[in-house]
Formats: sequence, structure tokens, C-alpha cells
Amino acid sequence: MALGAATTAEPVAARPSGGLGRFVGFRILSGLGTLVFVLLFNFFLFRMLPGDPAARYRAVKNISAQDLERIRNELNAPLLEQFWDYLRDPLALNGVSAWKGQPVWDLVGGRAWPTLVLLGSSTVIATVVGVWVGIRAGWKRGSRFDKVSTGVTLLFYATPEFWLGLLLIMLFSSGIGPFPSLFPSGGVIDSGVEPWSLDGVSSIIDHTVLPAAALSAVYLAEYSLIMRASMVDEQSQDYLTTARAKGLMDHMVRRRHAVPNASLPTITLIFLNIGFIIGGAITVETVFSYPGLGLLTFEAVTEQDFVLMQALFLVFTFAVILSNILADLLIAILDPRIRT
Amino acid sequence: MSAANTHDSPVVAPSPKRLARERRRATLSRFGQAYARHRAGMLGLAILAVFAAGALLAPLIFPSEMLDITETVDNEAIAAPTSEFWLGTDENGRSVLAVLVWAARASLVVGISASLISMVLGTLIGIFSGHYRGLVGGLLQRLTDWFLVIPFIPLVVVLAAVLGQRGLAAIVLVLGVTSWPGTARLVRAQTLSVQARPYLERARVLGGSDWHQMSRHILPNVMPLVLANTTLTVAIVILSETTLAFLGLGDPYLDSWGSMLDKATSAGAASTGAWWYLLPPGICVILVVLAFTLIGRTLEAVLDPRLRER
Repeated sequence: MALGAATTAEPVAARPSGGLGRFVGFRILSGLGTLVFVLLFNFFLFRMLPGDPAARYRAVKNISAQDLERIRNELNAPLLEQFWDYLRDPLALNGVSAWKGQPVWDLVGGRAWPTLVLLGSSTVIATVVGVWVGIRAGWKRGSRFDKVSTGVTLLFYATPEFWLGLLLIMLFSSGIGPFPSLFPSGGVIDSGVEPWSLDGVSSIIDHTVLPAAALSAVYLAEYSLIMRASMVDEQSQDYLTTARAKGLMDHMVRRRHAVPNASLPTITLIFLNIGFIIGGAITVETVFSYPGLGLLTFEAVTEQDFVLMQALFLVFTFAVILSNILADLLIAILDPRIRT
Repeated sequence: MSAANTHDSPVVAPSPKRLARERRRATLSRFGQAYARHRAGMLGLAILAVFAAGALLAPLIFPSEMLDITETVDNEAIAAPTSEFWLGTDENGRSVLAVLVWAARASLVVGISASLISMVLGTLIGIFSGHYRGLVGGLLQRLTDWFLVIPFIPLVVVLAAVLGQRGLAAIVLVLGVTSWPGTARLVRAQTLSVQARPYLERARVLGGSDWHQMSRHILPNVMPLVLANTTLTVAIVILSETTLAFLGLGDPYLDSWGSMLDKATSAGAASTGAWWYLLPPGICVILVVLAFTLIGRTLEAVLDPRLRER
């Protein structure tokens, strides 16, 4: 990893004990470093914008003249002073959305749970199905299952998520021709239904089926391709020959020996992919009017609400940093060879 | 190579330059044969050839008046396919097929030119961070790692929104400067492995400058993998361009498959079942992205012996 950190850590690493603890500490430190970079990057990214950003606030009704003046003064300050202000409050905790006139973090907080539901369910579906397909295809390389599944997964891999979503809406939601309208195509829950009741949960599931299907299809393809590749890799390993020589049945060799080792790259990928899935969620939520952070991003972009955009961008980046750290920790626990 | 020929024996041996040229030609033909053995790769090339021909010949097949909405107002809007309009019409009464063929230009131009920017940036940063140890290399490597963490599509969307420009060049720039970190990481790893080989040690000991080592020894060795990687980048960039255009962040005066889908959605194609407007742009995106993916994977398989068995 980082050159400087690795060289200073060398003498300690020679001790066999405490490998995991040191690894965790180092990983969290480097995560913090990334965080600092992202905060700096965020500052400059949003200072590039042309035009008069304060003018955008004027369109909002419930903003007072003093607030507008304060915002304009802040934006007219020298860059260094703005930077200092930014450093004191990098998360813009008091930021006000130019579009809604509400504090941005209230908006973000209210929209977080549908996205969590959508991302969680799509990740689970994509992982379970993708890994299963990958194991079967990789174990019997060149079989008909392998050929068909590799072709289909390559097709899914090339598909824009939102287009798949549009297709699903046309087929299962619009009720055109012979197709009945099976699922609703907007919102996350029927209005007036309590989310924590039985009706509420079934309503949420009803609203989530199609977007989750659209989102998971693409990542399912990726996971099955990776899983297949690492299954193929493992097959040439000596320990599988040993397992077979011991007289283990084929499916036992696969389940007990090949799959645990081959799933390591896929596990990492699932966490590393969070960033891409968030990208997919932006368009899929937009297509389904699913009121999560992705739709909020689209709204922030169309309304030119940069304060909101900045907050969302930070949330997404934090989520990715966190999941990257989790991926490294998980792989360190599962695979002792990594802890160096 | 050419510096050595003054010391060669005076016997009538073929000049080193010619030898090198012949060797290169032999390698190329061997590469071509190895590539042709991959059916998936040939399929990718065939699909790409069809789309490239369509994009190049678009003005000949469908005169540009067919895209001018002032000329097409008399046609029925969002009409199902007929013998005149094979893929029906859009909300302005334009032939969907004509718009579709013209839109191939935007997608291919953006995909290829943004990938070239990303290739140059990624290769430079990757080689420098692999070759230089210490501060420069460490810093470049950190930079790559940091940019790898930033979620790609949110970054592209925010950058396009912040930039506020909606031209083709702006889109190319946004996608080009955001998609290099993957290439840089690959090139760095490859540079490190090349760096450890004896011929680089020889170049170093003979006093070859850093520039000489990088440009004459490392670059030729990483280039094949960079080309394979760039082909795969084109696929990702085309998908991203479609996403941007779909979100309304593309060039408003240019038809692309993404903007077609955007307009189709606004026109309610999904709820009214206007499949002729919704299906074709998506299928085109899938085919082109698939073509670049197949070509890229085949290049990788041919060029990287470790992958050859897969």
C-alpha cells in the first residue's frame, strides 16, 4: 500500500502476533487520509461553478433577505477565507437547500432509508444469484450452462440499468396489451400506510421489486463473471487434486475446498462495488420515482441545487470509503495471507 | 536498436532495422491469428464494424433534413412502425430509425475520445508512479487510490452539473478526466513488474536516463495491456455518456442514445407502450458496449498469457 507507511511499519510487522490489529489500525488511518482528501476535493469541486450561486436562492420563497445577504457575503469572501469557513464546517451542517429552502441534511436524512432498502435488497439478490451462477459455470467450464450463462451475463453487463427499469415498467407496471399491471411504478410505499405494519412492509416490497430487479441484474452479471473466473483459477490448484485424491465426491470438493477460496475476490468486489451501485441507483430511482438519495441527486441536478449536491456527494463518498474499509477488514479476517 | 548497427560485422547481414521490421510484422500477424481464433472477439469486431459504418454513412442514408423538427411537424408523433418509418416516429414526428443512426455518432465519438484522454492520463500517471520511488511515486499512487474511491457516476454527474457546459467537448472532458484511475492502477502494477526485469537493470546500469527507461523500455511493455484496457474503458464511457444524456446533462442539440431515452421517457413511452421508441436506443447501447467488452476481453486474453487458459 502506501510506500511511506509500509516502510515505517516494517520492523513491527516482523512480529507474527498482532497482525490483524495493526492491519485494522493502518486501514482505518488510511481511510481517514482518504476522507481528508475527499473533503478538500469537495471544496474545490463546488467552487468551480460559473454564474451567481446566490441568485439561485432568490427563487426560494421561505428564505429571508438577511439569509440571502449572508450567503452572498460568504460566497464573495476570498477563497482562503471560504476555505477556512469550510474547514470549520466541512459537512455544511447548516447548509440550506436552494431548491426547497430546508436544511440539506434534513432532506438527505428523510430520503436515506428507501435507498438503503433498495441497495440492500439488490446487493443480496445480485450476490446470491451471481455467485451461484458463477460457481456452476466455473466448475464445469465449457459446459452448456457455462456458455449460456456467460453470454447472458455479458449481455446484462452491457445493459444500462435505467433502460432495464423502463422495460420492466412497460412490461409489468403499465398494464399494456396482454400484460397485467403487476407492480406500482412510483414511490416507495402507498400513501397513508404505516411503514412498520404488515401492510407497510408488503407495500414497500411491492414498490421495490422492479427497481431492485433492474439494479441487481447488472451487478449479478459482474459477480458471476468474477466468481466464474476465480473458480477456474482455483481448479488448477494442487489442493484440489489432493482433495480428489482423498476420495472426496465432486460436489464436496467444490463446496468445501474450491468455493471458500474462490469467493474471496467476489466478497471484496461486492463491497468495492457500492460506489457503482450508487451510480446505478441515481438513474433507477429516477426512472421509478423511488424517493431515495438517487432521485434526490437527480432533483438537485435539475434544480441546480449545489448545496444539496455537495451534501449528497459527501454521503456517497463516505459510504464508499466505509465499504472499502469493511472489504479490507473482512478479507483480512477471512484470508490470513493478506495480513502483511 | 539502431545504435548497435555500426558495430555489426560487415558481412552482408540484413540490417537490424529490417530485421526489427520483419520481427514486428511477424509478431503482428501472429497476434492477428491468435485474435482470430477467439470467436467472441471476432463477433465484437463485426458488431463494431456495422455501427461504425452506420455512423460514418449516416448523412448518406438519412439526409440531415430528416432530423430537422421543422420539416417533420406534419408527421404523426409517436406513431407505431409503418412501411415508411420502420421504427415509428418520435414525439416530433421524426423517424426513430434516422435519429438512431445519427445518434451512433455521438456515442462513438464521446466513447473513443474520452477513452483516449483517460488512456493518456492513466498511462502517464501509472508509469510515473511505478518508476519514481519516494515522494513523487508515493504521491501519485495516493492520488490514484483516492480517485479510485470517489464514486464514478456521482462524480461525473456532479462535475457535468457544476461545469454547466452542455457541449460535446465538455462531456468528453468530464468523462476523460474521471475514468483514468483504473488504467493508472493497472499500468503501475505492470510498470513495477517490468522494472524488476534484468533488461531494465541493464538499461539503468548503462546510464539510461529515467526518460529513456520509461519511453523505450517500460512504455512498449505496458502498451499492449493499456490498449486492451482502453477498449474496455470505451464500453464504460459509452454507458456513462448514456447515463449523463438520460439525466439531461448531455448536449441538448445533439441526438444520442441516452437523450433519445430521456425524450422517450418524458413522452411517456414506458407507460403508453411505445416500444419502437424505447427498445432500439437501449439495444444499440447494449450491442456497442458488448462489442467493446468482447474486443477488450479478447485482447486481454491474447496479450496476457496468464489469462489465456480462461
